[in-house]
Amino acid sequence: MDNQGVLGIFSYLDVTVNAVKKLKNEGFKNLRVFSPMPNHEIEHVMDEPESIVRFFTLFGAMLGAACGVGFTVLTSTDWPISVSAKPIVSIPPYIVIIFELTILIGALSTLLGLLINSRLRRNTPKSMYDPRFSEDKFGVMVTCAKDKVKKVEEIFNSEGAEEIKVDGV
Amino acid sequence: MSEQTSLTYAKVNEDIIRMLDKPTVKWLALFLPTLGLVGFGLFCFLYQVYTGLGVAGYRHPVFWGVYITDFVFWVGIAHSGTLISAILFLFRANFRLSIYRIAEAMTVFAVLTAGLFPIIHLGRPWFFYWLFPYPNQRELWVNFKSPLLWDVFAVSTYLTVSSVFFFVGMIPDIAAIRDRVKEVPRKIAYSILSLGWKGSNWEWLHYTRAYLFFAAFATPLVLSVHSVVSWDFAMSNLPGWHTTIFAPYFVAGAIFSGLAMVITLTVPIRKIFRLEQYITLDNYDGMAKLIILTSLIVGYAYGVEFFMAWYSGSPYEWGQFYYRATGEYALFYWIMVVCNVIVPIPLWFKSVRRNIKILFIMSIFINIGMWFERFNIIVISLSRGFDPAAWGIYKPSWVELGITVGSFAWFFMFFLIFIKTLPAVSIAEIKEILPVPRKEAKDNG
Repeated sequence: MDNQGVLGIFSYLDVTVNAVKKLKNEGFKNLRVFSPMPNHEIEHVMDEPESIVRFFTLFGAMLGAACGVGFTVLTSTDWPISVSAKPIVSIPPYIVIIFELTILIGALSTLLGLLINSRLRRNTPKSMYDPRFSEDKFGVMVTCAKDKVKKVEEIFNSEGAEEIKVDGV
Repeated sequence: MSEQTSLTYAKVNEDIIRMLDKPTVKWLALFLPTLGLVGFGLFCFLYQVYTGLGVAGYRHPVFWGVYITDFVFWVGIAHSGTLISAILFLFRANFRLSIYRIAEAMTVFAVLTAGLFPIIHLGRPWFFYWLFPYPNQRELWVNFKSPLLWDVFAVSTYLTVSSVFFFVGMIPDIAAIRDRVKEVPRKIAYSILSLGWKGSNWEWLHYTRAYLFFAAFATPLVLSVHSVVSWDFAMSNLPGWHTTIFAPYFVAGAIFSGLAMVITLTVPIRKIFRLEQYITLDNYDGMAKLIILTSLIVGYAYGVEFFMAWYSGSPYEWGQFYYRATGEYALFYWIMVVCNVIVPIPLWFKSVRRNIKILFIMSIFINIGMWFERFNIIVISLSRGFDPAAWGIYKPSWVELGITVGSFAWFFMFFLIFIKTLPAVSIAEIKEILPVPRKEAKDNG
């Protein structure tokens, strides 16, 4: 692909959001917005689908519960010792173990879901990241065909971008 | 949050990352004695391992003494960290923002400390792994019906989940440090820890959802872990232990003591690192209100225990509580009542809640009171069981006291390392409550 990355750096949230709106109206789809904190306005304008981390959480929790049941029941029946006619498989005490494993494996799979889905380390070329994004600047990165770069720069300039960087992707 | 209005995004980065500058003389003056006490605690432990558990003050009938007191105390201390970071996050209580990172760190280090004590308490600590269910050639499995095993699962789950929660919360802030530091080894270390975080919308989307789920998982965990710890006692048949009030009573006590510890830790940090704009009087006011609530619950529990002992008609139960208030350990009982019920009463007044010095002194009294609460529950009940022929008095030995002092030093050692290596206040979340920079607002003056 003969694509190019164009990055606009902004100091204000409202102009960042406006730039994204304009880019979307012009048909640009491959956009990334950088910000020093999570923000609902950015989330709203980007209109990304709901995070699928929740499925990792759900399946992790279900797996944890299943492990809890499996561990307790299988080990109790592995070497059954009957004490005072008490049941070999006794549900009330096992609920504690099931509960703890549900939370443990649910939380660990949420972490896995976060690491996989947020595409840490590979969602932006290194050259397109600016350290000021973790401080007080906002950034909009567009990946587009080479002949569209001018248009993107035009939009960034009209919205008052402080700096524009262009790089190969 | 009026004190925070003059802050800007850049200043937040500047102020928080400044805390990680080279250790000062003051820091070293705290750290080195702490390290010395950890060494003394380690010496006591090794002496006990070499000589045998007999050097602990355990005497018939008290075979759970200071070690188990310390265990319950430290698990309790851990709880308010998760309360502040998870439960108050779900309730969107903004007063948590400046203090939650310190509280989370406290949680992780307190659980790390608590986890040592069941092992120290073992006669053969090198076999601690027998607590975990692992396949072995004799097909010996752990007893899942034992409350002590529930503890193993609860505490290790709590340590894992709170560590993950703590670490994930720090990723964007570690990235901010990575982007600022110049020295190569630090840059590499923070780059690895930040996992390549860039703050893109994609990352924030998944991050905020994952954080919400961690909070949702951690919330019931807070309530369950200390309930499980209380069941170590409540599931047995001993007077003073066998009671249904223990789970809520322990959870409230845990949050009560943990909040006090957060105050104990944040007051000096606020002063030393000049964080008055971040850790504001509103933060302390919010915590003090929670202390009032939990103190009332704990005070109610102290009272209702006596009522239940009397109303049950059981001479053993009533004898136990009468003994607690009037017997050989009465001084400890009344220290507990005064520190946990009487001392927090002035917090009903706003001027007291917003007076940092008074809060700091109160928090130390509450910590002392809560340690004695655990001591009273454990030791007094064991000293006076059903049979007068089996009654006895327990006194901790120097080895136990040395290990206890060492455990406090161990906790503070981790904490001192933490404030010099990781962001002690959440950079990204503080920015969330600051006014967003808008060109429109600037143009309109």
